[in-house]
Amino acid sequence: MVTRHIPKLAVWKFASCDGCQLSLLDCEDELLALASALDIAYFPEASQMLVKGPYDLSLVEGSISTPHDAERIKQVRKASRFLVTIGACATAGGIQALRNGKDIQEFISVVYASPQYIEVLGTSTPIANHVPVDFELRGCPINKEQLLEVIAAFLHGRRPTTPAHSVCVECKLRGTVCVMVAHGTPCLGPVTHSGCGAICPSYSRGCYGCYGPMETPNTLSLGRRWIQLGATRHEVADVFRNFNADAEPFRKEGERYEENKANTH
Amino acid sequence: MKKTKQIRIDPLTRVEGEGVLYVKIDAGKVSDIKFKIIEPPRFFEALLRGRLFREAPDITARICGICPVAYQTSAVQAMEHALGVVVDGQLRLLRRVLYCGEWIESHLLHIFMLHAPDFLGYPDAMHMAKDHPEIVKRALELKKAGNTIIKFLGGREIHPVNVRVGGFYRVPTRQEFAPLLDTLKWARDATLQAVQWTGQLPFPDFVQDYEFVSLHHPTEYPIMGERLISNRGLDIATSAYEAHFREEQVPYSTALHSTLIGRGSYLTGPLARYNLNFARLSPLAQQAAHDAGLEPTCKNPFKSIIVRAVEVLYAFDEAVRLIEQYERPDPPALSMRPRAATGMAITEAPRGILYQRYQLDDEGRILTAKIVPPTAQNQRMVQEDLWQCVAQGLDMPEDALLHRCEQTIRNYDPCISCSTHFLRLHIERS
Repeated sequence: MVTRHIPKLAVWKFASCDGCQLSLLDCEDELLALASALDIAYFPEASQMLVKGPYDLSLVEGSISTPHDAERIKQVRKASRFLVTIGACATAGGIQALRNGKDIQEFISVVYASPQYIEVLGTSTPIANHVPVDFELRGCPINKEQLLEVIAAFLHGRRPTTPAHSVCVECKLRGTVCVMVAHGTPCLGPVTHSGCGAICPSYSRGCYGCYGPMETPNTLSLGRRWIQLGATRHEVADVFRNFNADAEPFRKEGERYEENKANTH
Repeated sequence: MKKTKQIRIDPLTRVEGEGVLYVKIDAGKVSDIKFKIIEPPRFFEALLRGRLFREAPDITARICGICPVAYQTSAVQAMEHALGVVVDGQLRLLRRVLYCGEWIESHLLHIFMLHAPDFLGYPDAMHMAKDHPEIVKRALELKKAGNTIIKFLGGREIHPVNVRVGGFYRVPTRQEFAPLLDTLKWARDATLQAVQWTGQLPFPDFVQDYEFVSLHHPTEYPIMGERLISNRGLDIATSAYEAHFREEQVPYSTALHSTLIGRGSYLTGPLARYNLNFARLSPLAQQAAHDAGLEPTCKNPFKSIIVRAVEVLYAFDEAVRLIEQYERPDPPALSMRPRAATGMAITEAPRGILYQRYQLDDEGRILTAKIVPPTAQNQRMVQEDLWQCVAQGLDMPEDALLHRCEQTIRNYDPCISCSTHFLRLHIERS
């Protein structure tokens, strides 16, 4: 008799807000089905029962920002057959990557009275900078439907389907009128990776880049368009320097506008 | 003869974020307790500097994925305070509805997925669901109803996109609210049972003499407000917070501890709100509390699970009441002119009061930021509860004592991810 192998799932947290792993618990309609299809073996936020590895699928939230975490991620990789990063922190360093290139000691002293107790790295970096990653799911936060797609794909041994086109395509699909063309609202949609479902334009707001750069983003052209629409150089630098500030196309564009940001054009 | 016993729980489970508990018992007496936060600091107060005032709600939301609405609301109100604008009427009503959604989803997550398994002896809600499928399924449906509010008004459940300084980017019509209203009425009625259910859980005999601190509003159960009160005579404007509360780094702890200057530790959160504002709960919520065996005064932190259920009921009831009187405001946000100024605000996050203060330059860019999350404020009280819990439980079998300690921490629904004020600390042990 052959017993069916029940895949073991682990959920790990590094520097993050908890929102991406919360997306799993926010799958209110699917959670109990998921728990019966999978052995939720290591998920300290949700369960007291912590089963030892190896794990078939590890979901990793958060960025690497301490010497301890830089070591811990190696252990996670060793214990995992597949390792999938979830969210902007794990795939791009997160908002906390704004410290990169800054004086970390100065940052520490702003928050803490006794800086000598703080042990952190000068940078916040994505998981893929430290260990091989099998798949990266974008978003700040991730989309829970995409998370379910990723889990299902790995359980069935196929690649997940998460299109790398821009948010513009999602706006067209849901029939949202373009806020930039129709209302002159600066929008990061043309260079931002799809996945959120183009929420902001449907709320009369320009995209602010939660899902990071799309494939082949033309950030140079979009930055110029923002200036034409009346944004200051400083504002263009700011919008690229958010939750995916250290993803390369956004970092470069942010740096371009950061220099001479006081100039109006 | 000296007998030393050490208890270590690493990692603490079913809490949001990562923490470790260390207890040392020397010759039959508690000699040390450390509730360690091992969450890496993310330096929000440092990285906010130089950003425009209107970016604060989007950036501070990222402090916590469980209570982003709390961070956004404190941020926008602090900015409005600095820029001399009062957001009132229908826009304030919408903020309150959105905030109700967050109380609901956050409280239900904690009640049924993190806290209830403690009382019934399950490792998690998924195992609990095997024996109590209807309870867990219903809880998930109710949690979804709370999230529906946030998704509808905010655009998505986690890190909503629709909140801005001055109001919202887009406000719904009355008609758009109609389907949500039906869901909320159903959920309100279904929550009555949930409150009853929490009332019959087995509660340890434990009482702590807390100083409760919460916001105060003349007519509303507090979510937003301008005054801060306590059961020992504190009654101050929220803008005077820093003159009365102090954060300090103490050598035996891994987190900044907040104290009331000259008085010591205090408790903020559902238990404090309930004890100080019982009279402002809706009649339905008051009756449900009474029926569940909860007195208007409750000093047993384990019973905070009932209080959270009562607050969920109240939040559904209040959201229905507010939506029924809603008229679409125009414009969706008040406009404001940047100026050099300082502003501060407190709102009642699911876990307690959340303080933010910003100093702006004349272009509206942030010069300094200060953020004091509720879990940081409760740190000292958690430790005091732990000392009492261990002292009372010295004769208990080790497993049971261990479990009781974890439960004592979970009573607070600690949100360790609110990492602004937590740090890693290495302690030399001889």
